[in-house]
Amino acid sequence: MNILLELFLIFAKISLFTFGGGYAMIAMIEHNCVEKKKWITHDELMDITVIAESTPGPIAINCATYTGYKVGGLIGSISSTLGIVLPSFIVIYLISMFLDNFLEFTIISNAFKGIKIGGGILILSASITMIRKMKKGIMSRVIMICSCISMLCINILALDFSSISLMLIAGVISLVVYILQIEMVKVGVTK
Amino acid sequence: MICLDLFLGFLKVGCFAYGGAYGAIPLIRDVVLSYGWLSDEMLSYMIAVSESTPGPIMVNLATYIGSDQAGLMGAIIATSAVVLPSFLVILLITISLKTLLKDRYIQAILHGLKPCVVGIVLATGIYMVVNNCLNVSNRVMDLKAMTITSILLCYMVVYKYIFKKKSSPIGLIVISAIMGIVIYGV
Repeated sequence: MNILLELFLIFAKISLFTFGGGYAMIAMIEHNCVEKKKWITHDELMDITVIAESTPGPIAINCATYTGYKVGGLIGSISSTLGIVLPSFIVIYLISMFLDNFLEFTIISNAFKGIKIGGGILILSASITMIRKMKKGIMSRVIMICSCISMLCINILALDFSSISLMLIAGVISLVVYILQIEMVKVGVTK
Repeated sequence: MICLDLFLGFLKVGCFAYGGAYGAIPLIRDVVLSYGWLSDEMLSYMIAVSESTPGPIMVNLATYIGSDQAGLMGAIIATSAVVLPSFLVILLITISLKTLLKDRYIQAILHGLKPCVVGIVLATGIYMVVNNCLNVSNRVMDLKAMTITSILLCYMVVYKYIFKKKSSPIGLIVISAIMGIVIYGV
């Protein structure tokens, strides 16, 4: 199949079945682009998640643009981004035209209550895969556990502290540790 | 002129909305309320609809407000405006990524960033699952939600045991929708 069409269709499928935002989409992208199509590796998905978190805009768009560009260049990135946007555009456009009280239908709202639970489980399972694929090492584990606990506190106590600040702190710590290590090696050499 | 307003307003959202949709909601609120596109109540309702419909929440909100204000044209303009900044930024980063990622200081920073993001995703997952079952803010246990959660978890474990591979996310979403209709329906 034409690669551009394939990019469009895969990302349209991902978009159509992702409920509840970016992290749930990571599980979908992993399943489709990493495991099935092998367009990108686990490591690259990790890189792009980090980049997506630290750049503006929806995480899904960032992931789609990156994967599309890698597989099919500029046109590839356009078709994958269109694939992500178009299904939700059409769904919402129809909703805004025809259904003013969309969530008042009992069946629909019950289905969404179920989907909300499924979405949480998907995010959990994506994070477990990420932990498995993460580079081992004491510092990685410590940072992972600390950021997890802080984020849980932020969520539970509804603190006004964004995940970006957490990432900033982790990046700075990691950089400082690296520079210290270089200095230690230098000192060791001169001795 | 409403089209220009829509474009500029959502361009601002697209440029400054960091850290996923939930981080962006305060900014979206600010823009939407200052232009008077939606009332506060309608915005909360639309956020619920955007969460329940597929696709990125920001795109859903932009499409809805655009079409509400100026029809199909408005929807297209607002959606493009919200998508464009991240598309361009990622394109630039991707093109320069290979050389950028090889730099050892960038490597050192990424070495700390990656586990941090994993931790954030893990915390979000735990919080969502627990919050769905217990409803942390109201301290009410939701037995139906707990039932659905356990059935879904069992499904994933059994599937992996039988087929030796992970269950597809789409399958899980479809099953959870059916379970929602059945279990909340009775």
